[in-house]
Amino acid sequence: MADDCFLLEIDDLHKSFGDLEVLKGINLRVRPGEVIILIGPSGSGKSTFLRCINRLEEPTRGRIRVDGTEIMARGVDLNRVRKDIGIVFQAFNLYPHLTALGNVTLALRKVLRMSRQDAEACGRRMLEHVGLAEKANAYPSELSGGQQQRVAIARALALEPKLMLFDEPTSALDPELVGSVLKVMRDLRDEGMTMVVVTHEMSFARDAGDRVLFMDGGEIVEEGPPSTIFRNPAHQRTREFLQRVLHV
Amino acid sequence: MRGLGDTFFNLQVIEKYLPALLSGFRVTLALAGAVVTLGILLGLTLAMVRAFRFRVVNWLIVAFVDLFRTLPQLVVLVFAYFGLPYAGITISGFTAATLGLGLVLAAFAEEAFWAAITAIPRGQWEAARSTGLSFAQALGSVVMPQAVRIAIPLLTNRTIAITKGTALASVIAVPEILDKAQSAMSLSSNASPLIIGAGLYLAIFAPFVLFSRWLERRFGWII
Repeated sequence: MADDCFLLEIDDLHKSFGDLEVLKGINLRVRPGEVIILIGPSGSGKSTFLRCINRLEEPTRGRIRVDGTEIMARGVDLNRVRKDIGIVFQAFNLYPHLTALGNVTLALRKVLRMSRQDAEACGRRMLEHVGLAEKANAYPSELSGGQQQRVAIARALALEPKLMLFDEPTSALDPELVGSVLKVMRDLRDEGMTMVVVTHEMSFARDAGDRVLFMDGGEIVEEGPPSTIFRNPAHQRTREFLQRVLHV
Repeated sequence: MRGLGDTFFNLQVIEKYLPALLSGFRVTLALAGAVVTLGILLGLTLAMVRAFRFRVVNWLIVAFVDLFRTLPQLVVLVFAYFGLPYAGITISGFTAATLGLGLVLAAFAEEAFWAAITAIPRGQWEAARSTGLSFAQALGSVVMPQAVRIAIPLLTNRTIAITKGTALASVIAVPEILDKAQSAMSLSSNASPLIIGAGLYLAIFAPFVLFSRWLERRFGWII
């Protein structure tokens, strides 16, 4: 079956907030290990689209399949589905009352029902993976933005998701801290993680993306390999957007 | 004319009525403990139930909260003690006072916890739910630990104010400090028992106030 070679399939996805149609029929196929970059002006629906993939936003209609599971189907166990889809937010959203290790282990204990000991062993591995082994006992308020975002990545990775979503993961960071987060994301890509990334980091899009999607006005205007999109975009809207972001 | 010392610090009177006042002290302490326990736990429970947003249940919670925030505490106590027997429900003064003040505290505590729950940023819920936690798990493990800390400064003042209302229970024949002090005062025609009574209230509520200050310092961080 053709479906078998896609990890994520999205058909005709619509989302409206009241009268405002934010997504006007999005279609997307993602293969395992692919890195998809979503770019576009603010308000184009990129974040809403990303957040529909794990139903943090409820799509108005459409079809989403993650690794063969219809996640829009009635009676689907959403908590199970979400365990397989990691998401990293612009604002980190770490739990301020828990340490870095506590942040990473919470879902391991509550969702996967691991013992404290096993969860902490796994949590420490994950923190080591993002270069923060020595910060296990630090609270979020004691960490820099870049460190907080890496803890957030570790928290999502701990559940061994099949797919990772990144919603402008570096937009809230000071410029000198962006690199550390992008490095973790590049490592992930090299390990074969399937990723959908909303970002304004065009250099990352260019060298880490397998495919770039340009969104505007709630639709995908154009898509293709980074080399094509960045050097030779087909659409006027894409050209204008790239000119604005690349020549500031 | 007798001196002030004789009127307010008469050692003979004090010696005679001290045991009665101390028994009142124990009753006030027990009543305060019962009121705080019932009020805080019920308020916390109601706020958590409200978070699930079952429409009819929430109407009931809001109605309960608004009713008990509105009624004067004394009215609630008098109703519980003198009113309920007409409905065939007779409860002791102690139970009536615990229920009356406890429900009033629960109403205010619910509002404090609820305000704190709604103050938790949406991103906290989203982070929790996106890792597969159920609504109840997100509420219990992520939202409430933060909400309780936010609620503490809102709660401590109100808890002290309502718990001091245990003195109102003297009206419904609860043998607490004020009740004992008043009868001792009329029997001895001397105000000393009242002074001792005031001292006993201080002995209960001063530590209470200090404890609440410590709580606010310990947990009163801002996110």
